Amino acid sequence: MNWLDTILQGVLLGGLYALFAAGLSLVFGIMRLVNLAHGDLIVLAAFLILVLVTTLGLDPFVAAVIAMPLMFAIGWGLQYFLLNRTLGKDILPPLLVTFGLSIVIQNGLLEGFSADSRRVFAGSLESASVNLGPATAGIMPLMTFFSAVAVIVCLNQLIYRTSVGRAFRATSDDPVTAGLMGIRPHRIFALATGLAMVVVTIAALYLGTRANFDPTSGPSRLIYAFEAVIIGGLGSLWGTLAGGIILGVAQTVGAAINPEWQILAGHLAFLAVLLFKPRGLFPRAVD
Amino acid sequence: MALLETRGLTASYGDFQALFGVDIAVGAGETIAIIGANGAGKTTLMRSISGVLTNAPASILYRDEPIGALPAPDILARGISMVPEGRKLFPSLSVEENLLIGNYGRKVDGPWTLESVFSLFPILKERRNNAATALSGGQQQMVAIGRGLMSNPAVLLFDEISLGLAPVVVRDIYAAFPRIRETGASIVIVEQDIAQALKVADRVYCMMEGRVTLSGRAADVSRDDIHKAYFGTDHHELA
Repeated sequence: MNWLDTILQGVLLGGLYALFAAGLSLVFGIMRLVNLAHGDLIVLAAFLILVLVTTLGLDPFVAAVIAMPLMFAIGWGLQYFLLNRTLGKDILPPLLVTFGLSIVIQNGLLEGFSADSRRVFAGSLESASVNLGPATAGIMPLMTFFSAVAVIVCLNQLIYRTSVGRAFRATSDDPVTAGLMGIRPHRIFALATGLAMVVVTIAALYLGTRANFDPTSGPSRLIYAFEAVIIGGLGSLWGTLAGGIILGVAQTVGAAINPEWQILAGHLAFLAVLLFKPRGLFPRAVD
Repeated sequence: MALLETRGLTASYGDFQALFGVDIAVGAGETIAIIGANGAGKTTLMRSISGVLTNAPASILYRDEPIGALPAPDILARGISMVPEGRKLFPSLSVEENLLIGNYGRKVDGPWTLESVFSLFPILKERRNNAATALSGGQQQMVAIGRGLMSNPAVLLFDEISLGLAPVVVRDIYAAFPRIRETGASIVIVEQDIAQALKVADRVYCMMEGRVTLSGRAADVSRDDIHKAYFGTDHHELA
């Protein structure tokens, strides 16, 4: 068994989980909102890309670029008109509403696309790989991983280097005082969810081109996203990448020992982190 | 003509009424002190003017425009900025970022920039990259004042500016007032330190139980007048 190759595949798989999780982490970090429909929104974006590819004959990457502003608008509207109404001291309303939203999206997709498994075809890229000596890496997994790193670098630049990022953090700290600075918290939250949906679209591109998906695939993606966010530390984007990598490596190592252990090994790694570092590996200093 | 005015302003928290028909007026370039004991309604008045609490539109007028029902971002956009009680700095932001966020909703040219705030409070330049909430109480108050100035407001509201600060620190904070006044901004100070407030104010309002019980030029009001307005009893009755 080539352990180096196994670990490399795990790291690259971690990039996909980090992409699943980055939007969730962004939304939680800014407004403490746990979006139970996050996985379903990834699947919704994957179907949107599929429709653009099949009806307009577009390349999946071009389709994803077109889907991004559409998903941004969906996220903005969802937050501004629905989810903002659920925010408050009680954490139950957003959980209930996003759980309901998850069911609505799944059933809507079932109505529109049936329960068949789908896939977005990316042509020769799907089987292309590079030889790295003792290990081999697929081009798509490499692109996924570097997309995850790029997304996290961009989000960190936005949050820590721009005026909007300062407004995100200020609103997260204290929305009432943020209002005194001229910040409109409901619009800031809507912008954050819109951005999260752009990240969701990138995640959906790689989900759709690397694996089959169907209308009920969302909740399992949500679990991986949650585990990556919690392993990394709530609200920390680099922690989310680390969480995704730990999850991915645990799964590939588990699968290398026994193929039946793949999913179980990921969950065990998650439980081990929760046991020894309940706030995750890189929790935000201010919570 | 008053720049900012409240007319019969009332405010409530649920069933509890905190203000009962408050009338105050602030002229252009004027410094007003609002004094009163705990629970007099001073902070509620500040929260109402700044838009944290919304009221009947015509109960607050700014440049003759009814602004009582506007939310806080719209109030700031018109040029009324508040330094809130307890400073309320953003813990996730550094000192410099806390200052920069002050003009997020109102970017107008004026005397106050990051550099001019640093020249007003030089210690903040040294600490610009520190977490704002890691500073001493006095330095945090300087950040809060600087943040309030960054939008170049026409009216600056200070809520309990000296609360919880050592007297020597309070003196340092008040030492900055002449430079703030020089810019022509109107200032409203809510203060429990009566002596300090009377030193810098042109006029004073005293509040008790949600009502204005005394108003007049700071130079003209006597200690007995204030005592009666503050406690609702004559000075000699307590003696």
